[in-house]
Parts: sequence; C-alpha cells; structure tokens
Amino acid sequence: MIHYLFYFLSFLAIFSALMVVLVKNPVHSVLYLIVTLFSIAGHYVLLNAQFLAAVHVIVYAGAIMVLFLFVLMLLNLNVETESHKSSWLKFMAVLSGGLFLLVLTASVKGSEKIHGVISGGSETGMIKTLGNTLFGEFMLPFEISSLLFLIAMVGAVMLGKKETQ
Amino acid sequence: MQSLTGRSRIVVNKKMNFMEKLYLPAVMGGLMITIRHLFRRKVTVSYPEQTRPFSPVYRGMHVLKRDENGAERCTACGLCAVACPAEAITMEAAERKKGEERLYREEKYAKVYEINMLRCIFCGLCEEACPKESIFLTNRITPADYKRENFVYGKDRLVEPFDPSKRVDVSERQTTQVKEFKKHKEYTHNRLF
Amino acid sequence: MELSYLIYKAILVASVLGVSLLVAMYSTYAERKVAAFLQDRIGPNRAGIFGILQPLADGIKMFMKEEIIPDVSNKVLFILGPSLAMITACMTSAVIPWATDIAVNGKNYALQVTDVNIGILYVFGVVSIGVYGVMIGGWASNNKYSLLGAIRASSQMISYEIAMGLAVISVVMMTGTLSLREIVTQQHGFHWNVFYQPLAFVVFIVCAFAECNRTPFDLPECETELVGGYHTEYSSMKLGFYLFAEYVNMFISSAIISSVFFGGYNFPYMHELNLSQNMLAAVGCLVFFAKISFFIFFFMWIRWTLPRFRYDQLMNLGWKILLPLALINIFITGIIMAINNNFAF
Repeated sequence: MIHYLFYFLSFLAIFSALMVVLVKNPVHSVLYLIVTLFSIAGHYVLLNAQFLAAVHVIVYAGAIMVLFLFVLMLLNLNVETESHKSSWLKFMAVLSGGLFLLVLTASVKGSEKIHGVISGGSETGMIKTLGNTLFGEFMLPFEISSLLFLIAMVGAVMLGKKETQ
Repeated sequence: MQSLTGRSRIVVNKKMNFMEKLYLPAVMGGLMITIRHLFRRKVTVSYPEQTRPFSPVYRGMHVLKRDENGAERCTACGLCAVACPAEAITMEAAERKKGEERLYREEKYAKVYEINMLRCIFCGLCEEACPKESIFLTNRITPADYKRENFVYGKDRLVEPFDPSKRVDVSERQTTQVKEFKKHKEYTHNRLF
Repeated sequence: MELSYLIYKAILVASVLGVSLLVAMYSTYAERKVAAFLQDRIGPNRAGIFGILQPLADGIKMFMKEEIIPDVSNKVLFILGPSLAMITACMTSAVIPWATDIAVNGKNYALQVTDVNIGILYVFGVVSIGVYGVMIGGWASNNKYSLLGAIRASSQMISYEIAMGLAVISVVMMTGTLSLREIVTQQHGFHWNVFYQPLAFVVFIVCAFAECNRTPFDLPECETELVGGYHTEYSSMKLGFYLFAEYVNMFISSAIISSVFFGGYNFPYMHELNLSQNMLAAVGCLVFFAKISFFIFFFMWIRWTLPRFRYDQLMNLGWKILLPLALINIFITGIIMAINNNFAF
C-alpha cells in the first residue's frame, strides 16, 4: 500500500514540477511549485521523517512560497506583458539546460554504485535523533550556518533601512 | 474659552510611560467596561409584540375630519397648503350642489385633496393653519410601501370613515382653550347644520 | 490493521469533524448573541426559542443565494480558494487530545485522531498553508480590494506565525516534547503552563487573534477600507465557506490555547476524585469544552471591545514588540532551566 502512495507522490511531484516550467501564468506556476513541495513533504513522511516534513511545509510552502505569491500577485504578470526572448537567448537556455541534464545524469549514474543506502532504522527522521545529531556531531557546521543566516538577516535589515542624512 | 459643562478635556500629546505602553491594563479596562454591559438591562423593544409608548400629540398620518353629522369639514381654503413648508399638500376645490349638505359642511369643498407623504415632514403646521378644524395629525404611522406613487395619499385614505364608531378621536390634541371655545354653540363655527 | 481499529478511527474522525462544524455553526449564533448583549441588545430571537435555529436559517439562506462567479476570474482557483480555507481549518483538529483514554471492552482507546510526535509543528504547518485559501481566492477574484485583502492576509500571517512559533518554543523547552498529547498530560492537575509561561501565553494569544483574522487584526476583510477584503466577490455558499472557516479556526485555536497553556482536559484534583476511567474522560472532555467555550467567548469579547489596528501598527506590534518579547522569553526560560538543571534547589 505504501508503494502505491510512493508512486502517486512521485508522479505528483514530477508532474507538478514539470508544470511549474510549462504553464504560462506565473501564479499557476507558483501554485504547482507548492504542490511539488507538498508531495516532497509526503515523501519525508513516508521515510518516517515527520519533523522534516513539517518544517519543510512550514518554511517552504508556508513562508517562502507565500512571499513568492505575494510578489507575483503585486506585479500581476500575464502573457501579454511577458518580454519576448531573442532566439540567441533561447539557444543559450537550451544549451545550459542540456549541460545541467548531463551533469545530473552523470551524478545519478555515479551514485548507482552506492546502492542500498537504507536508513539506519526508522528513528532517523525523529526529532530526538535529529536534535542529537545536529547539536552533537554536527554542532560546529550547524552553528556556522546559523551565523550565516544572522549575517544575511543583518544585511537585509541594513538594505531595507531608510537612509538618514 | 472656559468650558461650561466641565466635560471637555484639553488634548495633551504627552509621551506614554511604560505601563501605558504595555496597553494590557488599558485592554483589561476596556474588557471590564464591555463585560459590564453583558448584565445591563437590554434596550431592545420587540416591535410587533411590544410598542413604545406614543405621545398623545404624536404627529403621524393626517386625517380629514367630519363633523358630528358626518359632513366633511374641509372647505378647500388652501391655508394648509400655504402653511406647508415641504409643499406636500395640493387640493382642487369644487362647489357644493344642492342635496349634498349632508356630505360637505361648507359651500365649497375639496374635490381632490392630496398629501405627498414622502415630502411631508410631519411638522403639524397644516393642523395649526386650518380654520375649520378639518386636518389633524394622528398617532397612526404612515405605512411603508414599494412604490412612490402609493405615498401620495388622496381623500380615500385621508378622510375619516363615515361610521361614527370608526371616527378618529382628536380631542386629546386640542388645548383647553379650544375645548372651551367649542362649547359656545352661538358661533357659526360650532353650529350644526 | 484490524477492523475494530479502523471503525474506532472512523468514528473518531467523523465525530471530531462533526463537533467542530457544530461548534463553528453555533459560534456564529454565539457571536451575534454576544455582540448583541455587549451592546445592550437582545440579538437573534425569532428562529426557534431564543433564536436557537438561527444558524440553520443562515445556512439555508447561504445555500439559496445566487451564486456569482465573476466573468474574468480564474474559475478553478476561484472555487479552490474557499475549499482550501475550509479544508485547512478542519485539518488542524486531528492532533488535539480531547480527553483521557476511554476503556471499551477492556481496551484503551485514545480520544485523539492521531498522536504524531510533532503535534505542534503539524498545527503550525496546517495554519501556515491556511493562508493560501485567502490568497488564491483574493487573487482569482480579479478585484483590487480582494487582492489587497489577500496581500494583507499573507503578510500578516507570515509576520505573526514567527512570534507564535517562538512563543511556543519556550513551552516546548519546558515540556521537552512537541506532541500535544504529552504536553497536555504533563499539565495534570493544576500544573498549567500558563502559570509558568505567562509571557508566552500573552504573545501566543495575540498571535492567535492575528492568525484567525479576528478583530483587532481583521485587516484582510476590513470593511471600512476594502469593502469585504478577500471575499468581496464571493457570494452564496462559497462566501459561507470563508466565513465558516473563520469560525472553525477560532474553535481550533481556542482548543490549542487551552491544551497548550490551560491544561486541556486537566482540572484540579482530578485524581483525588476517584472517578472511574470513563467518567474521568467524560468530565475531562466537558472541562476541555468549557475552556474552549471560554476562549471562544474571549475572542468575541475582544472583538466588541477593541477597534481595528492600523496596518503599520499591526506590523510594528508583530515585528518590534511580540517577536523580541518571545525571544526574551526563550532566553529567560533557557537561563532558568539551566539553573534548575545544574543546581538542584
């Protein structure tokens, strides 16, 4: 039964990810992206990583995507106002996309050798193990990344501040 | 300027102190005020079942009076129309024919008498202007309607019924002086024909 | 998975959904009654005795109204908006523990739809996607007032979610668990979190008002500025869904507030009374609903007391007051916990 759920979620994730790129309306595109994020959160739940799933939904679907939608709604982009891309630009886009695909395929092909990466028990995704790992083994990287976020936040505040003479 | 009531307060834009900046005491105060209203007597009047007391001289829908014999008192003099500040009253006069003495008290009568209730402001000046004790305002309310035309009241709705038991009593609205005057039957105004 | 387990879950889900809808239905009635009483009026009293059938009459009215879909709007999204608002409002109730376990035929049944170990995060996740109903509906209406309402809703929700989350973190630090069931169990008797975390409670309840779009934070549907806000273009039962979702949200946030800060189904001397297990569950459930009713009343009470905030005041309150307060609270909680752990008094 879980297999069917997995296939359904995978299909949903890939389909909506494709629709993000294919639909013309940017707002629809963002909505499809939200569906993608949800199906990925569903995958996390299937892997028994409920904490990750919840945080994923709260941070990505609940905050970042809302901001995306916020900006897009204000801009009110539609098909008519979309700028026409030159054929040179289109060619470059196809080329870089193809290169990216090549890199992806290569990396997936390379990873085939490390098969059977089964999670170490069903407790991996639980908060307790996650917390212990983050604040134990990976204490330093975790704190450094939090410092990075703090710097980004300070920078954003500095940029957003009104200039006073 | 000095306040006479002592209720006005001069606005001062002073800085709030810490307790005031917290807002929570003010919010609590507001909540206490509203919760007190929960137990206060309700002012609602459930209308069709209960009605609010009317003043005896309430100025509602008009009535055109008949005299004791049932003859219409209005003589179409037009004083009410002149007195009306809202220009709500119009009328058309006609001469009384022979044999109509039971219907009309005076030799001239109003063939058409119309009050536009949408214009009327129910000030009662028509009542005061009337020399024939014909038009009175009553404590009946002018009903609502869907069409503007229906608010132009003709004689069919203004003149009181002929049946003496269904007459509209306006004695409450008359001052003692008027009542005293009406006792003197020697004046033509008070005589029955 | 045996059949009895499935039946028990099905019954539980159905009754939780039914109860939350019923409570929301009568919240609309209570709202009108409370509003009336606080304003020295009587309120609806024509439909049934004391107007008790008023929600039914309102519902019938909503269904009978003409359904208008604006010609230029995106039809799919226009319908998706209210449905999403309603679904997310109903989803949150899954992790709320309604009472202690009951025993039927010698087996224990928990009165909670599911006890995920991240209960509080689940609530936050569902609440955070709840704003999409408002946003999509507001955008699909293709109306500037709706759009403004939607944008206000989204920025308000994001701003207050942060302070709300941080307020809960201090509670989580104390309890050491994210599961609502365990948080409630730890507050047995009279050890309610509100006595240990009063500041977190104040921050949380203010944020709860903002998340539910209730006055004084009802800027997304602010009538004086935005006609009807995000639901300006909605009519019939789709409007009903939006309004109803607000009441369901109010019920759920009252339930969350009472279970996180006011001990849920716990009441003083609950273990000294020597009640049987099922009796205890029943009394606990009643106590829980009494607490919820009080908070629903509190929501309405505030509504008829405080005027609406201005938009900049709203943002200032969220970012410059509540967020630092919540952070300070976390800091203080951390210090006290460190002292308690290292020096046992």
